[in-house]
Amino acid sequence: MAAQEVAAQPSDTLATLKTESETLKTKLEEERAKLHDVELHQVAEKIEALGQFVMKTRRTLKGHGNKVLCMDWCKDKRRIVSSSQDGKVIVWDAFTTNKEHAVTMPCTWVMACAYAPSGCAVACGGLDNKCSVYPLSLDKNENLAAKKKSVAMHTNYLSACCFTNSDMQILTSSGDGTCALWDVESGQMLQSFHGHAADVLCLDLAPSETGNTFVSGGCDKKACVWDMRTGQCVQSFETHESDINSVRYYPSGDAFASGSDDATCRLYDLRADREVAIYSKESIIFGASSVDFSLSGRLLFGGYNDYTINVWDVLKGTRVSILFGHENRVSTLRVSPDGTAFCSGSWDHTLRIWA
Amino acid sequence: MTIRSDRDHGQRYRPRMSCLKKVEAIVVQMQDPSTGVKGADQKLNVTTIPHAITGQVIIAWIAKNMNMDSDEAQAFGTMLVAFGYIYPLQDHKKLVLKPDGSLYRFQTPYFWPVQKWKAEDTDYGFQSYLSIYLAKRNIRKKGVLDAYEQKKTYDYYRRIIIYTQQAVMRSRVKSSVSLGALVKYMTTFKNHDPFLVPCLPSNPWQTDNDSYWELNMTDVEVPTKMRVERWSFSFYELLNDPRGRADFKVFLKKEFSGENLAFWEAAEELKWGTAASMSEKAEHIFKTFLAPGAPRWINIDGRTMGLTVKGLEHPHRYVLDAAQTHIFMLMKKDTFYRYLKSPVYKEIQKKAISPEPHNFSDSQLQQNMRNRRPSISPIITWQKEQEEKAKAAAAAGPIDIKKLMASKLDRK
Repeated sequence: MAAQEVAAQPSDTLATLKTESETLKTKLEEERAKLHDVELHQVAEKIEALGQFVMKTRRTLKGHGNKVLCMDWCKDKRRIVSSSQDGKVIVWDAFTTNKEHAVTMPCTWVMACAYAPSGCAVACGGLDNKCSVYPLSLDKNENLAAKKKSVAMHTNYLSACCFTNSDMQILTSSGDGTCALWDVESGQMLQSFHGHAADVLCLDLAPSETGNTFVSGGCDKKACVWDMRTGQCVQSFETHESDINSVRYYPSGDAFASGSDDATCRLYDLRADREVAIYSKESIIFGASSVDFSLSGRLLFGGYNDYTINVWDVLKGTRVSILFGHENRVSTLRVSPDGTAFCSGSWDHTLRIWA
Repeated sequence: MTIRSDRDHGQRYRPRMSCLKKVEAIVVQMQDPSTGVKGADQKLNVTTIPHAITGQVIIAWIAKNMNMDSDEAQAFGTMLVAFGYIYPLQDHKKLVLKPDGSLYRFQTPYFWPVQKWKAEDTDYGFQSYLSIYLAKRNIRKKGVLDAYEQKKTYDYYRRIIIYTQQAVMRSRVKSSVSLGALVKYMTTFKNHDPFLVPCLPSNPWQTDNDSYWELNMTDVEVPTKMRVERWSFSFYELLNDPRGRADFKVFLKKEFSGENLAFWEAAEELKWGTAASMSEKAEHIFKTFLAPGAPRWINIDGRTMGLTVKGLEHPHRYVLDAAQTHIFMLMKKDTFYRYLKSPVYKEIQKKAISPEPHNFSDSQLQQNMRNRRPSISPIITWQKEQEEKAKAAAAAGPIDIKKLMASKLDRK
């Protein structure tokens, strides 16, 4: 804290500081507007429209005893890990629908889970304020909880977790308003990220070769881009009208999408430093809980609290499809690593694979 | 009981549920005597049920007045039932709106969701709880903050000022340029997106046949044409695909310039590795790639070399960043393009296969569904990869003359 303080000027009053910060914020918006020479829909005019889509549920994974809260794909493109409110974390081969591993967490409400890049471990956590890593075993009878490693410790619930490029580091976000990077082996905190004014609900790692940034979204309606090396917030966007439930990078890493309780999804361009599209409809009233892009970035899939999944044309801003099937809120949605399908998890206790 | 207005019936309600305000406005409209849903006494067997409406009538009203097709109207109607604005008279357990003659009734506003919830301070998360706590304390003290709290708010604004100043000075790109890049990416990858163009031979999820995955495995001898094409899109795509990276290594071996990629890979391992192994890895990298006369010496400019070597005196995770970026850019801007024009790449392009699309009959699809093949556990694949890596490292490592002589002496 001491390193961040600016030398106090006796003549500064609270009022002058407040005015100065407001003036600067206006200046920032002016600077952003100066380079805004074209709208996304104008650029989209030259591109041909998409055809009709036939997306169906190809698999329904049943086995959780309560609301499914989170899921993640394995790099092998067919296995997934899912976590639910009953404290169970299950690893499935989604192709055959076989359950391969199951862990019972000591706490219920496992709100976050992630598959390690090697495919040899899973991480999960939730209301226990921790993120734990469980190495998976080929022995079906082995009790996975025995080898559990407690990695992250927050002062409030764990909302999201994600491995970096290796099994050795985990990025977490929490209801305590911070994100943190942890060394798995030692449980040491390598970096912490402060800047959100309320619970951080989601995060996503940038898919670039440099792999040094990530984006987070929170209940303060802000989406922040962070430098993993320095812990600094390098860009932030505050255009949503309610909590941001989900953030996901565009495949090139130059933009990201967000889904919010204000029933809209938005696209933010990082190089132009502005929001460039809003995906919304009068008839969509309930919040978006989870978003992800298709492989080329042309489609944006959004899971909503009204039990549906809307598929958006990222360029044209129109909805190309609406998918029904879940019998309760869609809480989590991820596209598979090779883009052949996406998986949605819901409060109706099931997961569905769509293609 | 019919409702004529949507004046706030609750005391306070959670901002997160502001969507319910929109829903309530619609529910009020639905009960308008002239333009609302036409209710009537419904006959069920021999009894008459008063003030009841059927599911299909509700769905028709929603579809017409909210400009939706019937599937969406049914989904929206289910929300009304789920939140209790409409309740089913017959099947109480499943809160859905059925598109048939099932009977429903409007709920009185007394039982609307907003009535029950009293927003608690802790609903908004810890930080907001703290600010509400402080605000309440503030009111108690009649608006006078003590010295500590004053300092807190000064810092709060100063932090915003510093951040916004930096943000204003950040370099930006014109919208036309950045949006153009997004469109270019979409166009380049269009044919590789299984949702836009069917993948060959077929999408495993659709046909229950996993040939697509078999043909695109990490260690496959002959890759597919699509995969080889993808390597040419960007250096990142080439490196990201282990098969592509392997082919690139073949090219580098022919040019005797494998040390650049080896250094980059070693630097990645340092960056993403465990904290405990860092200094050991840093030392190994220094000995192998950076020290004067090192066996795999990399060619970086003097300034970067100087900075890196100095940094290695007290190694940290990002100590090789400058050198790694330099080498990466070198490979990206020069070596990568030479690779694409090289005989190695041209050969793999020729060898690459283009599978024919599957054309399964219905009975074949049924059979596929019964015979879904399991796959090797990623744990086994990972163990194998580690063994291969260890072998390769042992083979490529610099020969330790002392050890070699010692072992020869031992044998004597």
